[in-house]
This record gives sequence, C-alpha cells and structure tokens, in this order.
Amino acid sequence: MALTDASNTVNVELKVNGKAVNADVDPRLLLSDYLRHELRLTGTHVGCEQGVCGCCTVHIDGHPARSCLTLVGQLDGSEIRTVEDLAGADGQLHVVQEAFHNNHALQCGFCTPGFLMSIVGHIEHEENPDLSDEGIRDAISGNLCRCTGYQNIVSAVREAIEGSDR
Amino acid sequence: MFGESIKRKEDPRLLRGEGSYVDDIDMPGALHAAFLRSPAARARITSIDTTVAAAMPGVVKIYTADDLGDLDMDLPLLIPHPSMRPKTQRPLARDDVFYVGQAIAMVVATDRYLAEDAAGAIDFELDNLAVELGLDAALAPDAPVVHEDLGDNLAADLVMNEGDPDGAFERADHIVEIEVTVDRSTAAPMECRAIAARFDRLTGDLLVYDTTQAPISIRGGLASILDLDEDRVRVIAPDVGGGFGQKVMQFYPDELLVPLAAIELDRPVKFTEDRTENFISSNHERTQIHRIKLAAMNDGEVIGLVDSLVHDTGAFIPYGIAVAQVAASVIGGPYRIPNIGTHLKCVYTPTVPVSPYRGAGRPHACFALERAMDQLALDLGLDRWEIRRRNLIAADEFPYHREGLIFATGTPVIMDSGEYHESLDKLEEAIDVAGFEAKRAEAMAEGKYLGLGLGFYVEVTGVGPYEGGQIRVHPITGKVYVNTGLTGQGQGHETVYAQIVSDVLSCSVDDVIVTEGDTGVFDWGVATFASRAAVVSGSAIHKSAKLVREQIIEAAANMLESSAEDIVLEDGKAFVNGVPDRPVGFAAIATASNPLRYSFSESSQVATQFAPASQHDGPPLAEGAHPGLEATDYFSPEQDTWASGVHAAIVEIDPVTLDINIDRYVLVHDCGRMINPAIVEGQISGGVASGMGGAFYERINYDDDGNLTNASFMEFLMPYATEVPHMEMHHLETPSPLNPLGMKGVGEAGTIPVAQVIASAIDDALSHLGTSPILHVPTSPSMIHEKLVEAGHLVEE
Amino acid sequence: MKPAPFDYIAASSVAEAARARADSDYSVLLAGGQSLIPTMNFRLAQPDVVIDLSRVSELRTLEVDHSWVRVAAMVTQQKTELDPAVKAANPLIAETLARVAHPAIRSRGTVAGSIAHADGAAELPALLTTLDGEVTAVSSRGSRTISAEDLFEFHLTTTLEEDELISEVRFPVLAPGAGYAFDEFARRHGDFALAGVCVALTLQDGNCESIAIGACGIGSRPVRLREAEAALMGGTINDEEIAAAQEAARGYVTTETDMTTTQAYRRHLLAGLVGRTVRTAAARARGGE
Ligand SMILES: Cc1cc2nc3c(=O)[nH]c(=O)nc-3n(C[C@H](O)[C@H](O)[C@H](O)COP(=O)(O)OP(=O)(O)OC[C@H]3O[C@@H](n4cnc5c(N)ncnc54)[C@H](O)[C@@H]3O)c2cc1C
Ligand code: FES
Ligand code: FES
Repeated sequence: MALTDASNTVNVELKVNGKAVNADVDPRLLLSDYLRHELRLTGTHVGCEQGVCGCCTVHIDGHPARSCLTLVGQLDGSEIRTVEDLAGADGQLHVVQEAFHNNHALQCGFCTPGFLMSIVGHIEHEENPDLSDEGIRDAISGNLCRCTGYQNIVSAVREAIEGSDR
Repeated sequence: MFGESIKRKEDPRLLRGEGSYVDDIDMPGALHAAFLRSPAARARITSIDTTVAAAMPGVVKIYTADDLGDLDMDLPLLIPHPSMRPKTQRPLARDDVFYVGQAIAMVVATDRYLAEDAAGAIDFELDNLAVELGLDAALAPDAPVVHEDLGDNLAADLVMNEGDPDGAFERADHIVEIEVTVDRSTAAPMECRAIAARFDRLTGDLLVYDTTQAPISIRGGLASILDLDEDRVRVIAPDVGGGFGQKVMQFYPDELLVPLAAIELDRPVKFTEDRTENFISSNHERTQIHRIKLAAMNDGEVIGLVDSLVHDTGAFIPYGIAVAQVAASVIGGPYRIPNIGTHLKCVYTPTVPVSPYRGAGRPHACFALERAMDQLALDLGLDRWEIRRRNLIAADEFPYHREGLIFATGTPVIMDSGEYHESLDKLEEAIDVAGFEAKRAEAMAEGKYLGLGLGFYVEVTGVGPYEGGQIRVHPITGKVYVNTGLTGQGQGHETVYAQIVSDVLSCSVDDVIVTEGDTGVFDWGVATFASRAAVVSGSAIHKSAKLVREQIIEAAANMLESSAEDIVLEDGKAFVNGVPDRPVGFAAIATASNPLRYSFSESSQVATQFAPASQHDGPPLAEGAHPGLEATDYFSPEQDTWASGVHAAIVEIDPVTLDINIDRYVLVHDCGRMINPAIVEGQISGGVASGMGGAFYERINYDDDGNLTNASFMEFLMPYATEVPHMEMHHLETPSPLNPLGMKGVGEAGTIPVAQVIASAIDDALSHLGTSPILHVPTSPSMIHEKLVEAGHLVEE
Repeated sequence: MKPAPFDYIAASSVAEAARARADSDYSVLLAGGQSLIPTMNFRLAQPDVVIDLSRVSELRTLEVDHSWVRVAAMVTQQKTELDPAVKAANPLIAETLARVAHPAIRSRGTVAGSIAHADGAAELPALLTTLDGEVTAVSSRGSRTISAEDLFEFHLTTTLEEDELISEVRFPVLAPGAGYAFDEFARRHGDFALAGVCVALTLQDGNCESIAIGACGIGSRPVRLREAEAALMGGTINDEEIAAAQEAARGYVTTETDMTTTQAYRRHLLAGLVGRTVRTAAARARGGE
C-alpha cells in the first residue's frame, strides 16, 4: 500500500522493534497499515479497526495499544514493539509464546499476535498478577478469539506467569 | 502418535507473526478494491454515475454491472434441490438491490484509502421498495415480495417423513407442543474474507489467494466462468483465520471480480473485507422457527415427533436448503423416536444470504428437540435426566436407521454407533446431580438463583463424497510430503495428518510436511465443511500412507537383499529385523527408487552402497511402475459418522443484573477415536464459546426497514474470555465402524447444545418464581427481566 | 474502513491548538483517538481539519493538591488510574477508570477526551458529574471554567464552543473518611455500561452528612440522582432508606426501549446498582470512621 497523498504528509521519527525509522506518511495512515504494508511486519493483524478485537495490539512506549486506532502522525518519538520482536535474537520463543505452544492456545492464529502483545504487556506491568481463572480472564478480556474458546489461553497465561522469573 | 496430544506443527510460525494470511501476501504493484454497497434493503437503482469518482486520485477503474459483459449473470447455485425456487445474486447489482450491503460497484485504485474515497463519491439513486422481515409475515399472501417474478417469498418447501407420525399422535397419552426461535447470527471469523489475484499475460497463469474453505471448487468455477484453461488457474487457501462455514460459500462477488480485474487491468488486485463488510455482505446463519410436537406415553416414551420449521434464507439461496435440511434430518436427535414428520419452508427476506455457520442447522434442531423434552419431563412429572435415559438409542441398537429423513448431502440418516446412556451416566455423576439440590438451597438462602441445565446432541460428521491424500517421500531429504485438497482454518490438520502418517511410516512427525488447499499441489477433493476433514481426508491419507509403506518395504527389502517380511521401519529408516546397525534411510530408498542418470545428493551416494531398489529385467523403470516413493489414494465414506455428547451447566443468576454466572460447565463428548485429544478439546472449547454467543450474546439485529443495526464488534456481542465458562471435559471413544481409524468429526460439536443447556439452567433457576420457559435464543438479562415481570415476580410501573 | 482525508495540524502548544481551532470551520481535536479514530475509520466523522495534541507537552501534567486532582488534557486514563497520589486523594477515580474499556484502550485514551466525547454511557462524565468536578476550556479568546453540571448537554455533545478545547479536567479530592463506590453492568467485560452508578458520601456520627449519586447509561447524558440522594441524606443508610433511594432512582431512566434492552430492565438494573454501590460506600465510610 503506497502513500496515499504526497502533497499532505507528516514526518515522524519512530523506533520499531528497536530500529530507528523515519516515516513520511499521509496523516490519515493508521499504524496498523503502516506496520503491515510499509514495514511488512504482517504479524500485526487487523480484525475490526474499531478497537474491539485486539488483533492489532502492539506496544507503544511499552504499553499494549491498538495500532488500528493510532495514526502514525501521533507517534513522533515513540517506540513501537510488534510480535516479530518477541522471540529472542537466537530465535528462542518468548515464554508467553512457548506457553501458547505448550497449551494449544492457538488455532487459526489470527488473534494470537494481539493476545501475545496484551499478555506480555500485562506480565511486564502487573506486579502481582492474579492467577485465578477469573483474574486471568479479566486480564485477557480485551482480545477476541473465535477459535479457542479461551480455555487454553488461560492455561497458557498461568504457565507463562508462573514460569517467568518474577 | 495417534491418540497423543503432541504440540502443533503449525504453531511456531503463527506465534512468531510469520503466518501468511491472504492480506499478508506481498504482491508488488497491487491495486486495491473497495465496494459501493447498497444502503437499502430492497430498492430499484434509478441511476449510477461514476464520472466524478473515476476521476479521483489513484482510481484505475470502477466496475458496475454494465462493465461486466458476460459476467453480469446470476452466480452459480451450488447445491440444487427439487424443493427450491432458487434465486442467486449477481456479482454487481443490476437494476435492483436485495439487501443492505449488496455490492453495487467495485472501485479499483492504487490503495484501499483512495478506493474507499472513490466508492464514497459514486453518485447513485435508489427508489426504496416495501420490505417484510418477519418470517411468518413474509409468507402471508399480501407480504411485499423479495423476488417479484416468484409472486411470493417461499424459497423452498420440503416434507420428509419417517414411520407413521400421524398414527403415533393418535396413540399418544400425552402431546407436547412448543414453538422455539433461534435468531440470526454470523460466523464472524477473526480474519475477514480476503482475495488476491495475479495474472501473467505471457503464460496465461492466473494465481489466486483466497480465504476460501473450498479452493478446488473456486478454481473450477473461475476457470469455467472466466473461460480459462483449468490447469492455468491455481487457487491457494494459505493460512486462514477461521472460517466456520462462512468461507465455504462461493462465489462471493469479490471472488469473481478481483480475478477479473487482475486479468483486465494486468496488475495484481487485492481485496480484504473490512469488519463492516463482513457483517453486511458475508453470509449469515441461524434464524429458524420450529413448531415441534412430541407424542409420548405416560412413562415418558416418545413415540412420535412432528416438526414444522421456517428457515430464513436471506435474499438468495446459493447454498441451497442445506441448513434447513440438516435441521430437519437431525430433529430426532439421540432418541429412539420411531415416527417423525418434518416440514421445512425456506423464506426469502431482504437480508444477507444464509449459508452454513458452525453447526449448520444442528444447534437449531437440538434446541427445538431438547426444549420439548424438558417440557415433556415437566408435564409428566419426570426428571429431565430420566426422560432422556428412557428414550436414548441404546448401544446395541446401532446402526440406527431413519431412512425417511435425508441429510443435506443426499444420504439417508443412518446413525453408525454411540454410547449415549454411558455418556449421560458419566455426566450425571461428573456434575453431581445428586448433590445439586443442597447447593441450590444454600444459594437460595443467600438470595441467589441457581439452576442446572443439560442438553444432549448428535453431530453428523465425516460426510462424503470423498477426499484424497497424496504422499511422496523426498529423495534428497527423506521428508514425507502429504498433500490433500481440503483446507484448514486453524483445526490443526498439519499436525493430525502428520500423526497419522508418522504412525504408518514410522517416521518422525517433524519430517512429515502437510500441504492443503493449494490446487497447484493437489487438486482432487471437495472442501472443508460438516466436520469432515479428519475423517475423510485423514482416512484417505491413511490409505495412501499404507501404500507408500509397502513401497518402502519392498524397495528396502531389495536394497538390503532381504525379504519384505523381515524389514522393520523405524524412525525414518528401514533395516532387516535384528540388524538395526545397517539401516537404509527413507532418502536413500526414495533415491534408489528413482532411476536417475545424475548423482548430486548425499542420498544418492548412500544409495549406491546398497543393492538396487527394484529387481526387474528390462528398462530402468519397470513397465507400470512409477519413479520414487509416492502414492495417492482416496476415501469415500459409505455413510456419515455420528458423533454425540451431552453438556450440563450450573448457572447462577444475579438478582440485580440478571446476568448469568456459570459455576460449572461439564461435558461428555464422543467423537470416536481421537487422533490428538488436545486438538479435540480445543475444537470443543471453541465450539462451546460460539455456542455461548448463540445462547446469550450474539444476535444480528435487523430493524423493520432491513437495516443491520449492529454491524460491528462493539454491538454484536461476541464473548470475550470473561463471558465464556471454564469447561470440564470427559471423553468417550466409541469407534466408528465406517473408517479404518474409527474416527468421527468434532468441529461443530461444542456449539450444538449450548443454547439448550443455558436455557434449561435458567428455567431451572427461575421456574419456582413462575417464569415461562425460554424458547427464544439468544436470551439476555433484559429478556429474563421480562419473564420475571410476566410471572409477577418483579413489578413494573 | 479507513479515515477520509483531512488537513492535519500537529500543534506544539495549547495556544497553537486554540489558534488552529479558531481558524477552521470543521476541526476536531485528536487526543488519544480511542473514540475519534473509530468514528473516522467508519467515516462517520469526516472532519476538514484534525488538530493533533500529541506533541503538546504542557498538556501532560498530572497534579494533586489539597482540593483537586488536576488532569491535563493529554494525560491518559491509564496513567491517571495507576497514579498513587491520585489514588490516595480520590480512590473513586481509579475504581471508576478500571471499568473504562480495556487496558490497551486506556493506555492511549485520555480522561479529557472521554469527558469531551460526552458519551451518555461513559463512566468518566458520570464520575465528574457525581463529584461536581470541572474543566478548563481554552480558546484564543481566553479561558473559562465549566462545571460538570453545565458541561454535558446531550449524547456526544458538550457546551464547549467550536473554538474551545479542554486543557484540564479537575476532580475534587475526597473528604477524609468518605465512602465511595462505582459499579456498573455491561453485557461484556469492558463494554460501555447498560447502567453504571457512582457514589460518594460522608458520615457524621453514623448519619449521612453528604451524598452524591450519579449514573451513566440511563439517558443521553450523565445524571445526578438527586431524589435518591435526598432519600439517604441525614439518615443512617439503613435498608429502608436504601429501598427508598432505589425506588427514587428508577424514575431517572430516560433511555427508551431499544432492540436489545427494555427501559423497564434498565430501571431494575439502576435501582439494583444504587443499592449495591450505596451499601459499599457506606460500609467503606463506616470502616474508615
Ligand atoms: C473498544 C473500546 C471500548 C471502549 N469502552 C469504553 C467504556 O467502556 N467506557 C468509556 O467511557 N469509554 C470507552 N471507550 C472510549 C475511550 O474511553 C476513549 O478513550 C475516550 O472516550 C476518548 O478519549 P480519547 O483521548 O481517546 O479521545 P479522542 O478519541 O481523541 O477524542 C474524542 C472526542 O473528544 C474530542 N476531544 C479530545 N480531546 C479534547 C480536548 N482536550 N478538548 C476538547 N475536545 C477534545 C475529540 O475531538 C473527539 O471528538 C472505548 C473505546 C474503545 C475503542
Ligand atoms: S483491529 Fe484493532 S482492535 Fe480490532
Ligand atoms: S485462534 Fe483463531 S481467532 Fe483465536
């Protein structure tokens, strides 16, 4: 997807997955489209463009946020992290990814990157995460999944929290 | 490996964000499509003017019906049936529109933003016509009609009978009669539908990526409609983000128009539906009204059933009467009811067309039958578990014939096997029915309402006609490639097929590589629907694997100068029994089985150390033989397999919010032998979640003018994790006699009984207050409130 | 679903934003974008000019003094929710914010944006109304204070002038020992509420000395349930008084029956939530005495 209108652009400096990027974009360009179609980071998915499904969740300055509800123009100076950055440089899966794999917490995988980014954010910020079924369900309640019925995602979150060195 | 919950092969790429869904596929220079869609339910198009829009930045072409030439035609009727008066839609509306969301024009532009700008700038005028959305009202003689030339809104009318229902009702001690309604919903896969097409003018090759569940059929359709050589068209369904039936419908207009534009404009063209479009233009399902009657004896034995059902097919009926016919043919459920009369009517309404969504008529039939069974229990003063026990088909009564009822695939109802009584007993114990009354009393003392509900269901699965499996062993790596024609949308096919093959060939699951849904690789087969992939493709792959195993053993016996009976296969290698230290690997066997002139790989060096793989005289390749290790076989089931299960829940109702809280959700499920129990449980869990949607949350709301008023995830209440219960699952594994591995399907099972379970639990919690039963789903706190007001328990000013 | 084109102004100061607002016919302010961008994606809003406040650093302050929690316009809901000083000064704010959408929305959405958006079902306008909070409205003509009572006009409509913007939202600090509670019911976790109730009260010798009850989701704007307050004022907050307050609350529901929810149900729900929140608030006040 090319720039939409060259006569009306905004310039922003960002960091995406640790790399500095200078973007000259149409001000109406959504972060989700920028990541997917310009940077070709297609792990960030789009399911509603309304903020409800959570498929497009990335980290903006360390916090989970919806890339479909963010204009690239708003992000001057921000750091963006996407699902492509979760695994280590050596290819080692992140504990949350590993826990998803161990618990069959994904089926079609379309919602998965959004869940991963929400959960990683939750684990990074929550000092005393609630490990009860209800507590974990609350924590993942901003992401929709049509395939799994959530049960295995709940198990994966529990395993990831218990397994991460905190 | 069969029966083990191994981790899925498809996970790592999906977890890393490296899946390739259609919209992820890079097509440099691609154009992007957007549609102008009808804002009116039923209207005449009086003018369309694209002049202004066509001159907007980035616009390459705007298509209206006038630009389609021969393609301006009625799209195919996929499943004809003599009971129908069929109507299908055109790729782009000509003269008339029939539902809000119907495509009127397609804009192709350099990006989606600009395409949407132009679509919004197309000037058009509509002359609105009268509409009727109520099913019964739409069948009334004076109702406004969707298709004027038909004269009325009846789309299909079919009667199917088993035994002598009239006689049964004459003999009965007691008759129960209820009317139930299941409202409209939609599959709402997380990935919307998408299609991308590229045409190579030099070779004439058309490459299409499509989120479809039926690529082979799309390939055939495209070739015939666009008048292309079938072999020049390749359709690939890559990673697909859920389908649940919505993606088996074909042809959606874009599936034809995007390839057309790619050919005409000589540029790749992509179209990815947005969520609004998925709501207003991709097929829906569910609305049915059942008027069901049971004829019973005083001891609870049900001797007859009559069901008259009205099914909303939307504005068109491209997928035939499938959903309605499934509902009618499974209406007897797991019970021994010998006399059944069904009468189905499909009705045109000016709404999005209807085709199967997870369950496809089974949830509706289950809801109608099980609500009636609950009512019968109440009327006769029998326990709800006991009345079911008295009517369930016993294990020794299979195969159970109901041949007057014909399933949607054209096969008569013959239920192959089941352990229904054992399922019920197991569940009764697991959820502790005996201890429930004490719990209820305790809750009551705290001012809470507690109820226990249950629902039994059967699931017709593994339907024909056939699927195939092609297996070949790669001569360089020794890896085993498995190809089949149907597609996956997250069901874990790559893993379960690999499990089957790894068992037969004695090789590592990691070395089995499965490709599905790519007509360039394998192009015989049907599609993914009716929970058939594991059973039908799985069995075909199993058969092919056995053929390859024979080839491997024969070649290895020759190479090791031994006899076939003495060859042992282990971990991707063959050796002579007792001589494991002189093995020959699959790569070398495959290489040796291919009489080559050139040697370039390690495996050919290895192969030369053994005797020839084939002992025959004459030319290098024996007459009738084929090079390499490769086999293709097919499986065509003689009958459908019938899975089953029973779910129960303990539900608490909050007196303030009238919301439900599910204390326990327990289920017993039987899908025959399980290839991978974790995957089976994942299917059930996902099914129950959609079932919860249908029971309590998800309703497509059309207003009286035919506007879809909640076409977004904000207002269409798909449950989050907080709205789905934890499920305790128990399994039975009654093998199906119909396939060598004893499998039955599981894809739709979880969804089927949930509305009944929840309704039955709510009734159980509130009926002491005098509420009437829940006969309309999805229900809601507001609907529960109405019941409590009706019962006089809550007073309303 | 992509936004229609617009002219984009990245303001670097409040003054610049105010000037841009004065200079354009149809401008919108872009704060967190969590309400605005969905409406633009649906093309329900197609503004000529979007004035982005993300670069205005003076709008990122969050301060607590002895009478006010002062939330500048670009402070996110999440930052406000998690700030320990805010929690100490007025714990009702965090309790209410926890019920607004989901963490991934609150990380971008601002308090001021929610107030300016003025959704009749939104929690924060009801909170501001309950607490008798206020906002500062700035334009190139100057600035003024608007009380919550005067701010919310109708669903999605405030009394802000076309050239104004909110620079700060102020919530009063809760009196020491005050009882408080927020509760709501939404069909799904994180959705806008079918009804929500916010209570703050103080007790003097066991008697209700002051009380404020506000609600969202029951009409086109947040509502103070004055008659319910009156039923509890001066009393001991016993079952009888609570029942009277609940009865009084019912009449405030003006949202009509729609395709999913009857008005009668909303009345039942509101009355029930009033009972729950008043009991919780009273218990907290008693515990704190
Ligand atoms: C999935 C989802 C669920 C949600 N659930 C809830 C919920 O349960 N409860 C709830 O209350 N909200 C909910 N929201 C909305 C959310 O809280 C928004 O963040 C909030 O309403 C708006 O804040 P914002 O900073 O994002 O404002 P924006 O979206 O940037 O702006 C909203 C409006 O306010 C105007 N505006 C913004 N800042 C100013 C200013 N300083 N002065 C004047 N006008 C201004 C804008 O022009 C625009 O018209 C939800 C949103 C989503 C996407
Ligand atoms: S695509 Fe962003 S939340 Fe759904
Ligand atoms: S795994 Fe398919 S939507 Fe979650």
